[in-house]
Amino acid sequence: MDTHPRKLLVIIAEAALERELVADAKRLGALGHTVHDVRGGGRHGTRAGDWEADRSIELKVIATEAVAEAIARHVLATYCPDYSVTMFLADAQVLRPEKFP
Amino acid sequence: MLPDPLVLFFLLGLVARLLRSDLKVPEALYEALALYLLLAIGLKGGVELASHPLGGLGAKIAGVLALGFATPVVAYAALRGLGRLPVADSASIAGHYGSVSVVTFAVATGWLASRGVAHEPYMALFVALLEVPGILVGIAIARLHAPGRVAWGRLAHEVFLGKGIVLLIGGLAIGWAAGPAQFAPLKPLFADLFKGVLAFFLLEMGLVVASQLGELRRAGLFLPAFALAAPVAFGAAGAWAGTALGFTPGGAAIVATLAASASYIAAPTAMRIAIPEASPALSLTAALGVTFPFNLFVGIPLYHRFAAAAAG
Repeated sequence: MDTHPRKLLVIIAEAALERELVADAKRLGALGHTVHDVRGGGRHGTRAGDWEADRSIELKVIATEAVAEAIARHVLATYCPDYSVTMFLADAQVLRPEKFP
Repeated sequence: MLPDPLVLFFLLGLVARLLRSDLKVPEALYEALALYLLLAIGLKGGVELASHPLGGLGAKIAGVLALGFATPVVAYAALRGLGRLPVADSASIAGHYGSVSVVTFAVATGWLASRGVAHEPYMALFVALLEVPGILVGIAIARLHAPGRVAWGRLAHEVFLGKGIVLLIGGLAIGWAAGPAQFAPLKPLFADLFKGVLAFFLLEMGLVVASQLGELRRAGLFLPAFALAAPVAFGAAGAWAGTALGFTPGGAAIVATLAASASYIAAPTAMRIAIPEASPALSLTAALGVTFPFNLFVGIPLYHRFAAAAAG
């Protein structure tokens, strides 16, 4: 089977940022995205997701390395200073490369 | 006298979380309960509006809005001047205190009703009106000190089309258009079940407040002191202003309760987007961890006394 290398960018952030993050990802070249509601914790405390201000989302974008890194750089500069954000890149293999330019 | 059972539901949630029970209200149910409460409050207010004369409402609206713009300014001055908190945090907390808590309003109307204290039928209108000014003032103060970076369009969308305003105003409009006769078939769901749903919601509030209490230990002394003093001061101001505006003692007690309450649904999201550098933990600890339970147990009866005293 023919596979094509892409990057999976995963951003876990406060739910208040969902609209901004999705808009930014699209603007920077992502064609698609997936959002989950999640909960978790870290050095600065727990976000249990019990109510509005305590919700977190996980945004997944699969794109070329250039696009994924552009989104990651933008998020690092714009949101990381003030918001709870966890972010990582992983290698992914896709079957239909035209979906992930 | 025995405490209101509503308050006991809140205590149950609080104690359950403090004892680390696995009790949890599913997120979808919490959302549904909040939606129901907002819509039911709006509808009830709208139906009452339809069958009552609206004389002098304009002056009352103007007066209550002025109060809504004044309280966050005073809160900001206290937080910045006395508490020496950073500008962003002071502005964000002030915004939370300028806005209102719908649940506190619902408990207050229930409390007054169970004591046979009448109030103006259209008080739900003021809940919707008072959601907004505090948020606007908080953001304006923060941005005066650190200009730029506010997407006002996005923010206006968040503030005016948030579910709180949409459901309250929408409910008021539907209730007003329907009137008492056409509302009758909806009454079993939206009026008769109201207290039961509120009890459920307060159980969840108890769980949420208990998880804020950990933050309280980190907050120092000023913030809890502010979160106790602010509602008393604003409650007194609200009772006086409400009486001066010609509200009945019951209505003035509700204006006082609204002035004294702090938002934890509409304001946190708006503030998070508009003032990112402010710590959300500070506002929520104060508004939810201290002021909300204080209003529930002590504030509401106190504001009723203030209103009775103001009426002479």
